[in-house]
Amino acid sequence: MPRVHRAVAAAAAIALFGTACTGTPAGTTASDDPSAKNVEILFWHGWSAPSEVKGIEASIKNFQAKFPNIKVKVVGNINDDKIKQALRTGGPSSPDVVSSFTTTNVGAFCSSNVFTDLKPFIEKSAINLEETFPKPVLDYTQFEGKRCALPLLNDAYGLYYNKDAFKAAGIANPPKTLSEFEAVAKKLTKPKGDTFSQLGFMPNYHGYEVTTSQYGALWGLKYFDEQGKSNASKDPNFVKAYQGQKKLVDALGGFAKLEKYRTTFGDEWGAKNPFHTGQVAMTFDGEWRAGMAKDAGIKFELGVAPVPVPDDQEDSYGKGYLSGTIIGISNKSEKKNAAWELTKYLTTDTDAVVNFSNAIHNVPSTFEALKSPKLADDPIMDVFIGIAQHKDSNSAPASVNGGAYLVTLQDLGYQYESGKITDLPAALKKADEQIDKDIAQAK
Amino acid sequence: MTSFPATDEAVRIAAPAQGSLRRKRRRETLRNLAFLSPWLLGVGLFFLYPLFSTIYFSFVKYDGYTPPTLVGLRNWKYVFTDFPNFWPAMENTVWLVLIMVTLRVAFGLGIGLLITKIKTGAGLFRTAFYLPYLAPPVAATMSFAFLLNPGTGPVNNILGALGLPQPGWFNDPTWSKPALTLLAIWGIGDLMVIFMASLLDVPKEQYEASELDGAGPLRRFQHITLPNISPIIMFAVVTGIIQAMQYYTQPLVAGKVASGVIGGSGQQFEPGYPDKSTLTLPQLVYNLGFQRFDIGSASVVALVLFVLSMIFTGLLMRRRGGLLSAED
Repeated sequence: MPRVHRAVAAAAAIALFGTACTGTPAGTTASDDPSAKNVEILFWHGWSAPSEVKGIEASIKNFQAKFPNIKVKVVGNINDDKIKQALRTGGPSSPDVVSSFTTTNVGAFCSSNVFTDLKPFIEKSAINLEETFPKPVLDYTQFEGKRCALPLLNDAYGLYYNKDAFKAAGIANPPKTLSEFEAVAKKLTKPKGDTFSQLGFMPNYHGYEVTTSQYGALWGLKYFDEQGKSNASKDPNFVKAYQGQKKLVDALGGFAKLEKYRTTFGDEWGAKNPFHTGQVAMTFDGEWRAGMAKDAGIKFELGVAPVPVPDDQEDSYGKGYLSGTIIGISNKSEKKNAAWELTKYLTTDTDAVVNFSNAIHNVPSTFEALKSPKLADDPIMDVFIGIAQHKDSNSAPASVNGGAYLVTLQDLGYQYESGKITDLPAALKKADEQIDKDIAQAK
Repeated sequence: MTSFPATDEAVRIAAPAQGSLRRKRRRETLRNLAFLSPWLLGVGLFFLYPLFSTIYFSFVKYDGYTPPTLVGLRNWKYVFTDFPNFWPAMENTVWLVLIMVTLRVAFGLGIGLLITKIKTGAGLFRTAFYLPYLAPPVAATMSFAFLLNPGTGPVNNILGALGLPQPGWFNDPTWSKPALTLLAIWGIGDLMVIFMASLLDVPKEQYEASELDGAGPLRRFQHITLPNISPIIMFAVVTGIIQAMQYYTQPLVAGKVASGVIGGSGQQFEPGYPDKSTLTLPQLVYNLGFQRFDIGSASVVALVLFVLSMIFTGLLMRRRGGLLSAED
């Protein structure tokens, strides 16, 4: 064998040996801390607003009072990129318990086994899931029958509106259908030169929570068929949803004008959110926005209602998009029983769920918590609790590659709203092919 | 040439001498290897191992967690034919290499020339042009995103006041790469200093002789300045290409700021905003490898980047004779 070839072969062998030493998933049940005594666990979460951080810290404090043998170290403001990377790396600084706001990532968490299968723990604790949690939240916390996460509070999305702007425009009630919505949005829009002094609604994608999944929820889109194949070109509601959104874009000034106005908006999560500042009079957002708007010191009366529905689906008024925070245990954790105690407490202890829900203005995720008398008496929250329990409320399904299919559909949305795509049915067919290819690649 | 008969006697006499020669050579080889060992270790650990690992990973399905399984050419097929982001990223990277590097070198040289010619206040200009280079890339990009904001930025306000068109800059796929190029030119300080040093190093006698011969400024630049600084131009082009091939932070930050997805822990930002116009190959490696955990496809893109770097650098090295002066 020539020397060069030998060197190459040797280097390749070293490389292969090195790569063979990659992480292997740990077992699904822990045997190292069966009684979970005197252990310290690390909990990562994504909340960053001061009131939310205070809320989760209070919950952890209550947990530690109940379980003095388990010390919980909390790290906040963690995004899904960091979560996914840390769960793979393992090691002493990686988290034992993780929460995420991205329900579509549950498919990736479950199928890759980075989250522990919770079934043995649930059985050990004799928790009847169907009797504890509503079906929609149970659906988005499992993937293909594998239960790797539990719901930690629920999110429901509705329509926020500026009551003062409504009064000034002579509008009595929030719109219920998309036709009414368009008329109201136009009435609330005040042009100023080549921009606006007030916009009724920002329909462009990237209008913060105005996303594919939001529009999808209005139309009740069915993203995948029975075989798990992408369904965009087969469900006629997709064409209607994209056309409806584009119609709104055109009616409110056109893509370019709206896009320019969008660049004047402040940070979604800060006090300068365009709804807080009065730049937009209506917005789609989650139940947390009410608390944030009050914290930002808004100078108008806040109104909330379910999102408008397509004219031919008027009987489904009251529904909305559902999402939520999910919580799971790292498969590489060596303190799974202690991690389970925390997970179980945060997700199933009624007082814990209610207190946390009150603290961060989220919808409770258990039946018991939903009917708890300790739940704050808040008419705004009642609207969202109604949306969360509506039979037609829906969520974007989890997939093996997270929300990649939503990114594909959103890209299509950008191109259609800006006029780059004109043949919508053909574009939807292409999107189907792309989504199926991406899923096949991830499997 | 003298030849000796290879008799048995000669072989017997030569044998011990050859043996000691061989031992001497072996000792020399070992000594050389010992001296080379730090380099060999470095090349093995930081070049060969990653390179062969990447080649291996490009043929497996691996999500960074479950053990890798061989999938043949599937990742290659996916990246080249099925992944919609690959060709836009390739196009953007090549655009940045060709346009951004050319303009950076041209501006660096131009400013260097101007400053070496200025009689008064050169120090002030030097400082003014060098300072932006010291700004951290994230801060510089965020400042540019603020300045070039289509709705509130001062640049568009001035353009509007002058009755000129107001581009969408980082929010418009047509203008996003030119905006990034402006940012790169703004931070030209490093190249300017290098060119200034090389320009000041050009022998003055050559200029004097050419002036006596009646050469104008353009001819002096063409026949004296350029040949003298050609190694520095070569250096600037090669390092510029390498920088452009690794372009990651600025387009990502600009895209995040322009799209509004800067906060919110639950949000995952897909690089390339707007409309994949700022997506680069290094971003794609990160997106595939550490956001989608498709390590196999990420490895394919990394190898493409490696080959592309080799091609660009190889082409330039072949032109070395044309770029370097005779003494080099």
